[in-house]
Amino acid sequence: MPTETKGSASPLFSSDDAERSCSVTLQFEGETLTVPAGVTVAAALLLQGVAPFRTTPVTSAPRAPYCMMGVCFECLVEVDGKPSRQACLTTVRDGMLIKRQLGASALVIPEEGDENER
Amino acid sequence: MRKEEVIVVGGGVVGAAIAFGVAKGGTPVTLLDQGDIADRASRGNFGLVWIQSKGHGFPRYARWCREAIDHWKPLATELKELTGVDVDLRQPGGFWIGFSDAEMRAREAMLEGLKNTGPGVPYQMLDHAELRARLPAIGPKVAGGSWCPLDGHVNPLKLLHALHAGLKALGAEVFSSVDVSEVRHRPAGGFVVKSSEGRTWSGARVVLAAGLGNKHLAAQVGLHAPVEPNRGQVLITERLKPFLPYPTNKARQTAEGTVQLGYSVEDVGFDDGTTASAIESIAKRAVATFPILSDVRLVRAWGALRVMTPDGHPIYQESTSCPGAFVTTSHSGVSLAGTHTYIVGPWVAGLAPAPDAIGEFSGDRYLDPSRSFSNAH
Amino acid sequence: MNASTIDLVIVGAGPAGLAAATEARTWGLSVAVLDEQPATGGQIYRGVDTSTAKARSVLGEDYAAGALLTKAFVQSGARHIAGASVWNVSRDLTVNYLLDGVSRVLQARSIILASGAMERPFPVPGWTLPGVMGAGAAQILIKNAGAFPSDPVVLAGCGPLLYLLAVQYLQAGVKLKAVVHTTQRADYLRAMRYLPAALLGWQDLRKGMRMLQQLRRHNVPVYAGAEAISVKGKDRAEALCFTHKGREHCIETSLVLLHQGVVPNTQISLSLRAKHNWSDTQLCWLPETDDYGQIEDTRIYIAGDSRGIVGAKASAEQGRLAAIAIASKLQSPGESGRKARENLVRAELRKHLRIRPFLEAMYRPMAAHRMPADDAVVVCRCEEVTAGQIRKYVEVGCHGPNQTKAFGRCGMGPCQGRLCGLTVTELIAQARDVSPQVVGYYRIRPPIKPVTLGELAG
Repeated sequence: MPTETKGSASPLFSSDDAERSCSVTLQFEGETLTVPAGVTVAAALLLQGVAPFRTTPVTSAPRAPYCMMGVCFECLVEVDGKPSRQACLTTVRDGMLIKRQLGASALVIPEEGDENER
Repeated sequence: MRKEEVIVVGGGVVGAAIAFGVAKGGTPVTLLDQGDIADRASRGNFGLVWIQSKGHGFPRYARWCREAIDHWKPLATELKELTGVDVDLRQPGGFWIGFSDAEMRAREAMLEGLKNTGPGVPYQMLDHAELRARLPAIGPKVAGGSWCPLDGHVNPLKLLHALHAGLKALGAEVFSSVDVSEVRHRPAGGFVVKSSEGRTWSGARVVLAAGLGNKHLAAQVGLHAPVEPNRGQVLITERLKPFLPYPTNKARQTAEGTVQLGYSVEDVGFDDGTTASAIESIAKRAVATFPILSDVRLVRAWGALRVMTPDGHPIYQESTSCPGAFVTTSHSGVSLAGTHTYIVGPWVAGLAPAPDAIGEFSGDRYLDPSRSFSNAH
Repeated sequence: MNASTIDLVIVGAGPAGLAAATEARTWGLSVAVLDEQPATGGQIYRGVDTSTAKARSVLGEDYAAGALLTKAFVQSGARHIAGASVWNVSRDLTVNYLLDGVSRVLQARSIILASGAMERPFPVPGWTLPGVMGAGAAQILIKNAGAFPSDPVVLAGCGPLLYLLAVQYLQAGVKLKAVVHTTQRADYLRAMRYLPAALLGWQDLRKGMRMLQQLRRHNVPVYAGAEAISVKGKDRAEALCFTHKGREHCIETSLVLLHQGVVPNTQISLSLRAKHNWSDTQLCWLPETDDYGQIEDTRIYIAGDSRGIVGAKASAEQGRLAAIAIASKLQSPGESGRKARENLVRAELRKHLRIRPFLEAMYRPMAAHRMPADDAVVVCRCEEVTAGQIRKYVEVGCHGPNQTKAFGRCGMGPCQGRLCGLTVTELIAQARDVSPQVVGYYRIRPPIKPVTLGELAG
């Protein structure tokens, strides 16, 4: 199933940027995005035309935000290396690294000699 | 009702497997199940098909468990062919995880003892480095572990579903939402089973596989089954891509990719709730075992009531005062499912003789004043 | 972990929680309010203190009125714990929550659950496609990000929020391609029985009528009495289809906003094993409480929409009522000031409840949009279990929602049954031809919100 990258489909939502004095810069799948400060990651990505946000673990179906209030769990993305973060409950922050979540999250097993003291 | 009929009281994995074994032999069987209202230990089961460390101090039980391991594959195959349900049986071998040298030494002593008696279960002790070579995700706090090539795991909910579907396919009668309150032996032979709503069933034989309900039902047919609830809390995570190909004693990755983590052992009566403290301590152990689980989401925690006997071992007994009445209870209903189907089923149906030395599993052993029991895990 | 006892811990900083906290403070109780959002207001007053001027003017005066509640709360001296995700509430009055990546606990002398409502699921073909969202979600985008649809948008479903959003969009200059609603003649007739009571809440009634007038004035295409709503598209929404006056219509659109009412957020009350009863007028589960909102003989109360849909103003009064009851329990009884205050609050509450039976009757969601006839419709979005599969489970002996877990993974995903639970209960009830009350609901277990193992391990 084709995962459209930001920009290949026009954003479903737009906002009057002039009202917002601050913006933050974040990384989405290697691309630098400038988004209004104080908005949720879900809102920011929708404003940038990101679709889909993820694919499902069961059939790799494309999904995007549905409820925007943290009950549907459709807006799951990887934020700063942490999987399954609800984008609608996460406020954007300068330097944030965001990636789509394709299927179930994959755990990276550390290499031999790369012990993580936790 | 035809009088050769076997009535099985209790539709959890123990009752359903026994009923399935009865039905396969061609004997008419009726299964009476509480359904959605049951305590249903089966729904809370961890899903291990386990042999290492089973039967310590009870050689007959060690042998019973060993044979059960071999019965599992035929059962899974048969259920798949009959019902189409794949119970996700995997028997790749399994690990027990230890966190201290003292634990490791105690474990080795126990497993060595088991290897040298009865069926002789093979095992291997592994230090941290050796364990890490087999399970790369293991964390630095783990001291080591023990490995047994015979261990495995299965999906207990699918097993329950498959057994019920199998019973249906074989023409057994299953009554759901039935709360059996009374079992009466008729002087001329046979039994009448009555539900709290007043419905009755009669049959030549009755098998009590009602879990915690066995305590009061067994007494009605001259049997002694002093079972008490013992709570286990279990955690389950979101789905993950495969990273753990072997089950371990307190952590396993299911076929769907979720990770099941355990578990507590608590004496809290009939309370199947969860506690924040148990959830936190199971999480702590999980992260100590596999640090990469640290950022993984917990989706659900539950408590379930183990059906616990004073020594933690099963009761299988035919009543002498009411011949044809049996009590069958075990908290390892998943590991023993194959034996329950292929050995216990035919026995209770009168199609096969009693398994040898079955008397060692008699509930009367708890009445012996000279013996003391502990069911410590 | 240090836990020092707080008189009243409130879960949720929406109208019920804010009003309860402010009220409890006037009686001298120590109060802490936990909410997962960074600011107070819940969903209905979300961002009221930070939203853009354009958003505030679009959202209207009801929304702006929320600022009165949030300001009073700040002045009350209650402790606000923002960004807190409550994952467990116990009957021993402990509340476990996640804050800044660490799991913490509060010990309370009393608790008010004020978790509000969520949009009712809308299981129709294509509802899982990207580009399909709830009307409430669209409002959150206005409130949080001042964001409006880029292209002409289609709204579909029923309920006052649908028209409210339409009017708000008109105010913002957003073009509405169509408003497709399912309210039929039969609904109007059923609602008429409650009109006398509703007329006593005439201000709410007038608001509703004005919304419809505005749509007409702006020549927005409105399809009334629509049926068989579905969304067409391959990897994203491409069209909203429906039948209207016997004809099938498909309106091309990339953004579909669905809404068929809101339902109580009952995860916490269910996890406490409080008794819940199926309401045939609200078509959802309502926790059983006394009229102060108390669960059994515990010191746990429920106030606001999570106790039953009553709207923001009534939610605030319920919050105040629960706080008064708790103050009575924790302090010396027989204070006459309290009784007089209680009577005032009750009178306000009664006033705001008058419109409810009328609204419930008028905007009753269609059976076909709650129990999809099309077997292919995904019911459990997380695990992709369809209506057909659930019907099959019933055929092979599944009697209730908890048993579905032995047949498939319905309800076992991260949303913990929030978006499928009501549908599953109703589908099983329909297949078994019994009432939803008999069928029951999922057993809800902690964590109420997902927590990571590392956060729990500490």
